[in-house]
Amino acid sequence: MVASTVRTKLEVEDLEIRYGDHVALKGATFDVRENEIFGIIGPANSGKTSFVRSINRMDEMTPGMEVSGSLKFNGKDTSTWRNLYALRSRIGVVFPLPVGLPMSIYENVAFAARLRGLRSKAALDEVVERCLTRAALWDEVKDRLDSLGSLLSGGQQQRLTIARALSQDPELLLLDEFSIAVDPVTTMRIEDVLKELKKEMTIVLVTNLVQQARRLADRTAFFLQGEVVEVGNTKELFSGGAVDERTTHYIEGRFG
Amino acid sequence: MSQPTIEGFGATPLDIRNRRNQKAIRLAFGAMTIMLIVPVVIILALLIARGYPALSWDFFTTHPVDNMTKGGILPALVGTLWLVGVALIASVPLGVAAAIYLSEYASDNFLTRLINLAIINLAGVPSIVHALFGLGAFVLFFEFGTSILAASLTLAVMTLPVVIVSTRETLQAVPQSFRLACWSLGATRWQTIRKVVLPNSISGILTGVILEVSRTVGETAPIMFTGAVFFTPHLPVGVLDQTMAMSLHLYSVSTQVTDVPEALPYGVALSLIGMVIVLNSASIAFRMHLRRTKKW
Repeated sequence: MVASTVRTKLEVEDLEIRYGDHVALKGATFDVRENEIFGIIGPANSGKTSFVRSINRMDEMTPGMEVSGSLKFNGKDTSTWRNLYALRSRIGVVFPLPVGLPMSIYENVAFAARLRGLRSKAALDEVVERCLTRAALWDEVKDRLDSLGSLLSGGQQQRLTIARALSQDPELLLLDEFSIAVDPVTTMRIEDVLKELKKEMTIVLVTNLVQQARRLADRTAFFLQGEVVEVGNTKELFSGGAVDERTTHYIEGRFG
Repeated sequence: MSQPTIEGFGATPLDIRNRRNQKAIRLAFGAMTIMLIVPVVIILALLIARGYPALSWDFFTTHPVDNMTKGGILPALVGTLWLVGVALIASVPLGVAAAIYLSEYASDNFLTRLINLAIINLAGVPSIVHALFGLGAFVLFFEFGTSILAASLTLAVMTLPVVIVSTRETLQAVPQSFRLACWSLGATRWQTIRKVVLPNSISGILTGVILEVSRTVGETAPIMFTGAVFFTPHLPVGVLDQTMAMSLHLYSVSTQVTDVPEALPYGVALSLIGMVIVLNSASIAFRMHLRRTKKW
């Protein structure tokens, strides 16, 4: 295996996430490697989204959410990052439901760049066009960049959200069920883009579509009721090589 | 077989009952609304009918003469504008800042809840209590004397809860998902507030300000002891001057002065209401202007 030469992006060790008495995730221990697509599958209430939220320290913003254990980003525990804004600006997030910010399409995508002090019109134009193109939205909106982002259709807004996440030039891209509001054809286009993007960044892909994980993920983790049942090479998991029979059952659609 | 098909298009007894209830409820709520409007219309009609004869250009541009029984209302008009203006300058920045803190920064703990409770209770304090507080605090302790400054600060303290509560409600109506999206882009709380939260709540904040203006213009008790006077021959030129005010002037000509022509108090009342309408219209026009230029 080449694993020893591959750098790790995220090291998760004994991570536990609680909301008051409710334990959303416990004892999670695994690595996410640099430049891989790391798939997370599992039924509802399995702790997938909580895990994603803990990566960019959204627990700080979420009343009642408590995270313990260790989660290292670039080898540094996220709970010790003093400047959370610096941490978050390196991590792109796409939520399940699209969030078109109530500003123009252009401003939606230029927002992160502006936050980092980019002022030049030409540079901003370049960011907007590049990110919208990658998110498979440029052709549909290039003539109306000044219209309101929140007036786009659901699927378009989701691609706008993806473009906005890409505009951060993130080291790590978190996709939480991004395809929920996107039509199948566009989903396939975005999936192709993701395969390209992993050359530049690490991608964590939470998905309800088992087949999407199979198509895209290099490695896949199976979460079930707050437990990380199994982490393994996607090809092996999907060709009957799963160690835990619950994983096999879920992949084959026998429950969940 | 044809029988069920025909039945299928007919209204069942339940459908008929639902439809009848729907009509009755609609009628009931409509009647309530009309009952609400009736007193307003009567008051306005009465004021216009009786007060209109008193109105003229001179009425707005001259001082009262002959122990208030003749002449105009200029000093009261100017005085009220001063009072409202200074009160707004004091209370809007303070109230909006407090609301932003409570809604966007403060964590939900015992202290925050206590502060929220205090604000709501402050809104229920009778205006005469505010007046006495203003007298003690601004007139005597801070030694502003009976002045526009003392009166306006009293009005500001009185209307602060309105501004805070309405601003906070508006801020909290901005979807949390907008904030999450901004934060995950690496925006600080302040950047999020400035770029996303405030632009989306500015019209609601202005609604709160409009409410405050309406209330401030009409208040009498808080300014009686703190800055407004029965009569002064001078127009105010600074915040430490005493002034006449519309509300107090109306009180005076209605109850304190004898031999007032009947139309005069009605004219003053009509002018007072007109003033509220003009000030509110200005805020509404400003709000619509903001909406058009900002287009969200």
